Amino acid sequence: MSKIIASAAIRGAYKIVGRAETALADALAKYGPQQPIEFPNTGYYLPVIYGISGMKAQKLGDLPPILHRAKSLLPPHPTDRVWLPYLGHALDAGMATLFADEIIEIIKYLEDPVPYTISENCPDDGNFWLGAADDVIMRKRGIEFVDGTAPGFAACVGACPTNEIAVKIARELQEKNLYVFMSADTHGRSMAEQLKEEGVQMGWETRLVPFGKDITATVFSLGFATRAAMSFGGVKPGDYSRILKYNKNRIFAFVLALGEVDDEKYAQAAGAINYGFPVIADTDIPQILPTGICTYEHVVSRIPHDKIVSKAVEVRGLKVAVHKVPVPVAYGPAFEGERVRKEDTYVEMGGTKTPAFEFVTMREMHEIEDGQITVVGPEIDDVEPESRLPLGIVCEVAGRQFQSDFESILERQIHRYLNEAQGVFHMGQRDINWVRISKEAKQKGFKLHHLGDIIHAKLHADYAAILDKVKVTIYTKEEDVLAWREIARKAYHFRDERIGSLTDEGVDTYYSCTLCQSFAPNHVCVITPERSGLCGAYNWLDGKAAHQIDPTGPNQPISKGEVLDAAKGQWSGVNEFIFKTSRQTIERFNAYSIMEDPMTSCGCFECISGVLPMANAIMTVNREFTGMTPSGMKFSTLAGTVGGGLQTPGFTGHSKHYIGSAKFISAEGGLLRVAWMPKALKEELRPMLERRGKELGVENLYDLIADEEIATTEEEVIEFMTRVNHPALSLPPLF
Amino acid sequence: MDQREFSSCKACNEIFALVEQDKNLTAFHRAEDLKPCPFGSQGLCCKNCAMGPCRLSTKEGGTKRGVCGATAATIAARNFARMIAAGAASHSDHGRDIIKTFSMVASGEAEGSGYEIKDVNKLIAVAQDFGLSTEGKSSQDIAKELAPLLVAEFGQQEGELRFIRRAPEKRQALWRELGVVPRGVDREVVEIMHRTHMGVDQDAENILMHGTRAALADGWGGSMLATEVQDILFGTPIPLRGKVNLGVLRKDQVNIIVHGHDPLLSEMLVVAAQDPEMISQARAKGASGINLAGICCTANEILLRHGIPVAGNFLQQEMAILTGVVEIMVVDVQCVMQSLADLVQCYHTELITTSEKAKIPGVVHIQFDEHHALDIAKKIISRGIENFGKRNPNKIILPKEEMDLVAGFSHETINYMLGGTFRASYRPLNDNIINGRILGVAGVVGCSNPRVKHDHVTTTLVKELIKNNVLVVQTGCAAIACAKEGLLTPEAASLAGDGLAEVCEAVGMPPVLHCGSCVDNSRLLIAATAMVKEGGLGDDISDLPLAGCAPEWMSEKAIAIGQYFVGSGVFTVFGATFPIMGCEEVKELLFNKFEKITKGKWAFEPDPIKMAHLMIDHIKAKRAALGIEKKQERILYDMAMRRALEV
Repeated sequence: MSKIIASAAIRGAYKIVGRAETALADALAKYGPQQPIEFPNTGYYLPVIYGISGMKAQKLGDLPPILHRAKSLLPPHPTDRVWLPYLGHALDAGMATLFADEIIEIIKYLEDPVPYTISENCPDDGNFWLGAADDVIMRKRGIEFVDGTAPGFAACVGACPTNEIAVKIARELQEKNLYVFMSADTHGRSMAEQLKEEGVQMGWETRLVPFGKDITATVFSLGFATRAAMSFGGVKPGDYSRILKYNKNRIFAFVLALGEVDDEKYAQAAGAINYGFPVIADTDIPQILPTGICTYEHVVSRIPHDKIVSKAVEVRGLKVAVHKVPVPVAYGPAFEGERVRKEDTYVEMGGTKTPAFEFVTMREMHEIEDGQITVVGPEIDDVEPESRLPLGIVCEVAGRQFQSDFESILERQIHRYLNEAQGVFHMGQRDINWVRISKEAKQKGFKLHHLGDIIHAKLHADYAAILDKVKVTIYTKEEDVLAWREIARKAYHFRDERIGSLTDEGVDTYYSCTLCQSFAPNHVCVITPERSGLCGAYNWLDGKAAHQIDPTGPNQPISKGEVLDAAKGQWSGVNEFIFKTSRQTIERFNAYSIMEDPMTSCGCFECISGVLPMANAIMTVNREFTGMTPSGMKFSTLAGTVGGGLQTPGFTGHSKHYIGSAKFISAEGGLLRVAWMPKALKEELRPMLERRGKELGVENLYDLIADEEIATTEEEVIEFMTRVNHPALSLPPLF
Repeated sequence: MDQREFSSCKACNEIFALVEQDKNLTAFHRAEDLKPCPFGSQGLCCKNCAMGPCRLSTKEGGTKRGVCGATAATIAARNFARMIAAGAASHSDHGRDIIKTFSMVASGEAEGSGYEIKDVNKLIAVAQDFGLSTEGKSSQDIAKELAPLLVAEFGQQEGELRFIRRAPEKRQALWRELGVVPRGVDREVVEIMHRTHMGVDQDAENILMHGTRAALADGWGGSMLATEVQDILFGTPIPLRGKVNLGVLRKDQVNIIVHGHDPLLSEMLVVAAQDPEMISQARAKGASGINLAGICCTANEILLRHGIPVAGNFLQQEMAILTGVVEIMVVDVQCVMQSLADLVQCYHTELITTSEKAKIPGVVHIQFDEHHALDIAKKIISRGIENFGKRNPNKIILPKEEMDLVAGFSHETINYMLGGTFRASYRPLNDNIINGRILGVAGVVGCSNPRVKHDHVTTTLVKELIKNNVLVVQTGCAAIACAKEGLLTPEAASLAGDGLAEVCEAVGMPPVLHCGSCVDNSRLLIAATAMVKEGGLGDDISDLPLAGCAPEWMSEKAIAIGQYFVGSGVFTVFGATFPIMGCEEVKELLFNKFEKITKGKWAFEPDPIKMAHLMIDHIKAKRAALGIEKKQERILYDMAMRRALEV
């Protein structure tokens, strides 16, 4: 009966809020009210509190009013008889719990050492609890919730009766592409510890995320959900009703209550139900079946472990579209990040140890037979464990709508396709690819033949609109591999020449990308051959192919029309398109300028470039950099200024690739204007910076760009520029 | 007749068993003795001019026209319309008095009176409905701007009443098309009196269309204004526990009963009764405290806002005196029986009238004045304390019967209870109607009437409805009837069908929701509109699986309420008797033709089980029209489907 749940949740809320009160009083006594507080690298403060109430907590002294709000939400306990309606009360108690959770958790980040490992993935040894996800992870992973790659997440609270069951449930969730967020314990055991004991690789990359063993760490799941609504749903902080509705209707998450459910767990569950996330329990707890807050049932119990995942998916009302890939191992995006260690490897191919390559090439329709998968040379059964083989993957495709420009697009997918098979590891591309197949996969019956099966199935699933036939041949004899590699290399070279020769002037049509309008409704990306989409995921050829695949989709051809300003990159056709597609908010757009009518930014940009006005220069910062920039703002703050589909002169979001383009901010002097970059970005782009420097006549450009080790303020940047005689000093003034 | 047949109320029967029979003792007894006028009860008596009164006959060969030539249809429609006028006038004049006090508070003259603005959120909401900007203004300033606008609703001559815009868009459009949008509250009432004067409107349909307009001026006008402003001044009800029936009277305490409809004075009596000084006065006289209890809708008003116990409904006003423990019965307006004046002569009880509009010869009158409300309240309680010692112990018959209840289901509360602070909405209600756990919603309202077995019709009907998974919302004396049977406790979910019981358990609510006094039927209009706006159940009130009824009605206000529900698109069944049954033409109009005009219609059925099934059948028909009569398939959402969902 629901009353038992409501009563327990309300009791639990009082306990957790009480804990928060004590923790806060202690922390205030120890650190004082001015002590800054933050979850690492986030612009969302304490996300549940910020999203729901709009209150920003930046120092300990900001927390007492929040605690007060949590306390004001605590309802009376339901009476034994003649009780008053308790559903609303229990939901309020749930929200009070989440507020208190965040207070407790933020205080943990003041401890030395912090009880969490601040990393995207769990370290092999030591503390594997990851705590709050930072904004880089949230952006990268959150987008999967928007585009549907990840249909939702399972907040797993507690532990399974055995490690084996824990692994089974985790695998099943992974196979459904769901993220698995783990927290809390049951009698001292937690699901994440169970997975760890079984050697399961955890972290954001494998979608198995251990948040924390404390019950209060459950709030990180809801913090993630709250941020998704603000970041991708464009919901304003404090607009709690839309934040929760966004989650009910977009983020298909649920709670798996594993093991005994105590008051504190009920309290978390009540918090989750506010978001429309139902609770599915393996124990005999009361149920709440009538619908309304969640899409379907609210609490369903006594579900056997072998049914719990499918039951959860059904209760949440989730349709998981998993294209069945005919392989004997688990398959899905969750396995993409899984490594295969050397000692676990049955057979290894490429990776400079043996010759290898992968190659997609176009054929006429009559030339190939669909589904023909052949292994030429030794199969996996023909070699001893821990041996090596050469590898040539030749994939021949044909389709009435197919164009040779699409070959490279398809070829790039092989990396992800193969990686998504559990026990298969893939790195690199073209002729520097590297594949490992694990002993476990071999034992489950995985063969080299299956590499072909995966590519065949996935290409059909993703590219049905442009291809009709796929034939894959796997070569494992050295002479075949070497011979085919020569053919492939010729093709790679030809393609590079072709893409290198593609210029903005050389084509009549650009492509739009409005994929992000779901959260930045006025934003339009214009993808030209020399300016890729700002998320880095789409270049001009991708746009072209995507339009072929889905003619009414988010990538539409834009006829350039008349050239209005060649230097700044303004065309009449583009302006018209932008005006229409931005819902009449943006009239003009300069592709190559940061100062005048720059391109708008959705929020997914890999980098932000911004003017350093006193230095007469530009700084470029990438998303991964969490430190302070010379502009006086961190990336997360800059992102808040630049994103959301606004034209912000002096700032623009862009891809990493665009930095190497001849059209990179060329209206204002281009790469020579760049005076500061984070060191890691500089290193990553080193070959490109050296090449472009040479082309621009500044051989040592790499050395002239300051980084955070040299300068963290604009004054220090100017000082460095003067010392090295930075080329921007002699460029015309920006203002 | 055996007195036990009068009522199914256990407390009433405890008293009947002990008092001496007298044909003039109570309304129950008088009703035995005095049969209804056979012409009047059928709507066929016209006394609108001095050529009559004319009594028409339903018999073959009987009189078919009045002296002026008026047909049965004209006469029945005119009588019906005048009932609407009287009902609408009563609710609206009540509203006017409330607004008068609000204006006093708004103008800053309330100091010492005890009145203040209690619900600022509602003040802002109403102000915004009236097109006022509220940003950055104090509640006093908002009230000051709002008060004259509220007053103007009564006297407005042209245009539309403001709250009409709260109705679903489609309903508003229909009203405009039919020309029944009320212009001003008073104007529509006055116009009924004019049209029904001798020799004016002699087209039954035309008369009743204007009756609809005046009724809407009540439901979406006077009544709604009364409810909203009462909430602003006294607080919007939230769920609370209370007790009901004559057992709430205390032998060892000073019992003060408030009776009537207007909460202005009773609100102050609540304050005064808790005043430590008053309590010590009472103790000095040997009482252990002051016990305030209510009867009729004044009871409902202070029950919903303060949990003050309810002694009983309309037919229990005399029964309360018969207990012999009531020191004071203080009455305001409406539904106060003159017989009380005679009855109190046999007891120590003092009856006090307080409204200049409602006096009774031989009864103490203490004029209510909103400027000195608290002082007046204290004065009344002091008289009660004085009276405590005058009880005649031999005349005390105090029933033990009392029952727990939960009340306070305002529209705002329903929103909150279905989702808490952050997810407040009607979604769970709509969802569970769509998925069939709840079959539909029934409004069961109205009075008690000694022509039928007291409480029995209402409670039998309500039990049948909840058994069939129909969620019941109630107001007025009908709610008190069900409260006495325990139907307003959450435990009563065990009497509901499985589906409704499951929803009640999930929410923690009773299957029968007490929404307020009879003026608060406006809350039901708002709730029905909220269901429409929540989505999934059509786009007009007339699309909802919803029906209304007044099983034991007796007052003209009930007819006004019934007509504004019919005018708002609700199927409305009345029990007991129906005042036009002598005229086939008007029957056809109200029972059938109105469904084509306003998409709502009347029905008459005195048998509670049959009445329940008329409503259930109607609800099922509406479900079928919505396409939700069958069990819904579970929809699983892929990404594209999710994107199509509103966020």
